Amino acid sequence: MSLPSSLASFNLAEARDALKAKSISSRELTDALIRAAADSRGLNAFVTETPERAVEMAQASDLRIKHGEARVLEGLPLAIKDLFCTKGVRTTAGSKILSNFVPPYESTVTQNLWNAGAVMLGKTNMDEFAMGSSNETSAAGPALNPWRAKNSNANLVPGGSSGGSAAAVAGDLCLAAIGTDTGGSIRQPAAVTGIVGLKPTYGRCSRFGIVAFASSLDQAGPMTKTVRDAAMLLTSMASVDPKDSTSVDIAVPDYEKQMAGGIKGLRVGIPREYRIDGAPAEVSALWEKGAAWLKAQGAEIVEVSLPHTKYALPTYYIVAPAEASSNLARYDGVRFGHRAKGVSDITELYENSRAEGFGAEVQRRILIGTYVLSAGYYDAYYARAQKLRTLIKRDFDQAFERCDVLLTPATPGPAFGVGEKTADPVSMYLQDVFTVTVNLAGLPALSVPAGLTANGLPLGLQLIGKAFDEGTILRAGKAIEDAAQFIHKPTDWWRAA
Amino acid sequence: MSAPASKLIKGQTCDWEVVIGMEVHAQVLSKSKLFSGASTEFGAEPNAQVSFIDAGMPGMLPVINEKCVEQAVRTGLGLKAKINLASIFDRKNYFYPDLPQGYQISQYKNPIVGEGEVTIDLKDGESRKVGIERLHLEQDAGKSLHDQHPDNSYVDLNRSGIALMEIVTKPDMRSSEEAAAFLRKLRAIVRYLGTCDGNMDEGSMRADVNVSVRKPGGPLGTRCEIKNVNSMRFIAQAVEFEARRQIEIIEGGGTIKQETRLFDSRQGETRSMRSKEEAHDYRYFPDPDLLPLELDAAWVAEIEKSLPELPDEKKARFMAMGLSAYDASVVVAERELADYYEELAKGVDAKAAANWLNNEILGRLNRDGLSIAQVPVSAAANNAIVMMISDHTISGKIAKDLLDIVWSEGGEPRAIVEARGLRQVTDTGAIDAAIEKVIAANPDKVEEVKVKPKLAAWFVGQVMKQTGGKANPAQVNALLKARLNLPDEG
Repeated sequence: MSLPSSLASFNLAEARDALKAKSISSRELTDALIRAAADSRGLNAFVTETPERAVEMAQASDLRIKHGEARVLEGLPLAIKDLFCTKGVRTTAGSKILSNFVPPYESTVTQNLWNAGAVMLGKTNMDEFAMGSSNETSAAGPALNPWRAKNSNANLVPGGSSGGSAAAVAGDLCLAAIGTDTGGSIRQPAAVTGIVGLKPTYGRCSRFGIVAFASSLDQAGPMTKTVRDAAMLLTSMASVDPKDSTSVDIAVPDYEKQMAGGIKGLRVGIPREYRIDGAPAEVSALWEKGAAWLKAQGAEIVEVSLPHTKYALPTYYIVAPAEASSNLARYDGVRFGHRAKGVSDITELYENSRAEGFGAEVQRRILIGTYVLSAGYYDAYYARAQKLRTLIKRDFDQAFERCDVLLTPATPGPAFGVGEKTADPVSMYLQDVFTVTVNLAGLPALSVPAGLTANGLPLGLQLIGKAFDEGTILRAGKAIEDAAQFIHKPTDWWRAA
Repeated sequence: MSAPASKLIKGQTCDWEVVIGMEVHAQVLSKSKLFSGASTEFGAEPNAQVSFIDAGMPGMLPVINEKCVEQAVRTGLGLKAKINLASIFDRKNYFYPDLPQGYQISQYKNPIVGEGEVTIDLKDGESRKVGIERLHLEQDAGKSLHDQHPDNSYVDLNRSGIALMEIVTKPDMRSSEEAAAFLRKLRAIVRYLGTCDGNMDEGSMRADVNVSVRKPGGPLGTRCEIKNVNSMRFIAQAVEFEARRQIEIIEGGGTIKQETRLFDSRQGETRSMRSKEEAHDYRYFPDPDLLPLELDAAWVAEIEKSLPELPDEKKARFMAMGLSAYDASVVVAERELADYYEELAKGVDAKAAANWLNNEILGRLNRDGLSIAQVPVSAAANNAIVMMISDHTISGKIAKDLLDIVWSEGGEPRAIVEARGLRQVTDTGAIDAAIEKVIAANPDKVEEVKVKPKLAAWFVGQVMKQTGGKANPAQVNALLKARLNLPDEG
């Protein structure tokens, strides 16, 4: 195995193996990544860096390794989306309303990672309350994509909402990161930054301690440099949790093992409704290429239909804001978070705290969500959206009678410019056109980097699996990864001199 | 259902029928809250029993407490209601400082318990059925404290998240008496079941009362909801006041506005809180943090098997033992009282035992301001006393004195009777001697009783006095009549 020239550009499995071989220490690795993060503030990938804690954890890991007590992620430094509550470490959810919030508890997913020996580098930037597809709604300002188009100095977005995590992985500021995905928030940023992103089946990872956006859709997942890394990380993140009634009691397999074995005989479905008008030719071409790669490795390609796909985006933009409008009611300035000053009564305290604390996109979604749940509108919007959700789910059930995984583009195009879509929310919402269906159906899906546009920007392919069949999409993802040989890296234009 | 004429309210123009429905909030008896592990103990320091879930902290998730579900099912079964094996928790959204999540988790369209009924017992021994519409589980809110600081309000979240059962009746009650009787009966049932302590002072049971009036048999009138009536006495007062207020308005040519009103117990009146137009839009929707609640029919059957004998069944059994409907309903009103009675009545005449309980025990408890749980004389001791009356060991009069002794000094009744020589005198010689003594001392009365046979009672009293109350009064009576040659029917 040829190891990367710098410690910071190790992937998770490489670092694990090097630590096991004692050719490096966690402290060395951690220091290199702390430096990388410090040199890369231009990307605005981290909202909070936690170097002291990282060093402390790395030292403890080195001791365990020395005593032969290493756990599966021992000494491996990770970046954590700022939506996961981390005990004693400020957790903002990308919002001004939580700018001073330090949770006295730890999310189950991060606790699982620390229990496996992982090291926390810090909390990553994100769209406010995970609402956005470009990281531009963050109260901390946009994170930037490490990638730039050929011959261009224009800043591009890293996607969203897990944009900071994506930028940190793509820019080699961490070995891997974790994000959350409500409508594409892991897969879309992964695709436009050239990394791997996995949204597990709803219920696979606990939602306890994750600041809620849309409870029936939110799911945590890994954002990594390789498919193997995603498998490794998910194995440690996933658990059934008595503190989350929607987590599911199915044994967590070793996904890294499940990833192996090839795809001979795998039936790969191509949903015809994902061929959308106006999609760039490069996206369609890459999709066809992906199918050809899989076929070449022994898979069978079948055309399938998901007839209700066109209703997915509107359904999502009813269900998600409805739940959000209720989930975000607790940010009222009374017990924690931002509290408006100089108010004369409780109504003014609510109104001013929320008006000052929430950004425009969050306010927009609270308004939409409140509207669709209102008396007289509930049946026309929320109730119908729930029915459509059932139909969308049934589409997948029927498609999976004919295939084992679905292959689709991950995004309608490559990364776009900072500020390009902020004035037009609907064009921003369209970023999720290929990803939201999966959240509505609760299924697992993986985004794998598969190629570059003519302009030199990464594009990803998406693999969608049956519920709790992450193993199969990882296996298919590995096949894409092997065929695509996506070894491209962005130039490190952002690094401090 | 129409009310009998006696329950109608007389207006200026005609008689009016009052129609009452109720929503009762009963706090579930359980150690921890509906969706968190925090304690439910009453009286703790403010905010001492608050989990991160109860405080609505970011990322916190509710997890249903199985005990609370069991209690709701138990209550449903006690109300002879349909148990819904599938029910759904919804969010009721509104902003209030004592509602940390910004929504209350409740059950809206699919409650855990459906239709049932409660039989209420009225004064004259008459019974009536009140339909139950539904029972659902929901979280309680915290408490706002407005009297701690001149400018700021404080919030105590100890109650936040405590499980409540909201029990909704059909509009089946027709008088303030029936409304109070319903609440009394509901309280007895949940206390029998052990699902709510029914303590209205601590807010464990609160009622919202819907009141409307109509001409007898006519269409239902517009109702007003009276909030938070928190004592049995206030229920009757609130209904009376509200019915008369509505009648006055209608008879004065006005119309009733549908609104929520608050009962002011100091003024004894209801006051407008908010009108229908100002009512909240709660934006109910299923709580995505909780799966639909699915119950196993076998589990429900197990709970049903474990139900105690409830007041109605107990009452029927007591009536079969010889108690009047009235006595039986008094005795079964509290489970502790009924249990006490059963022990007291062991091996003695059921009716004599009920009379003893109602007249002697309840009278003394009332006098001393005690509840049945605090009664100083055990049921077994009372059983001994009643048994001694029935086998003529002591007289009724002595029995009462004996009870007073045991009540204030304690001790075993039979031992006291022996030690203090309280046994009834049945030796005719001793009684005859006392009679001779009284006759000798009162020759004038002896003449008088010949024309006024009623004076015999005076002689009985005198002889009883002579024997220190220990003589058997019936025996004294018989011997006196024979001695004075009085007719038997005197």
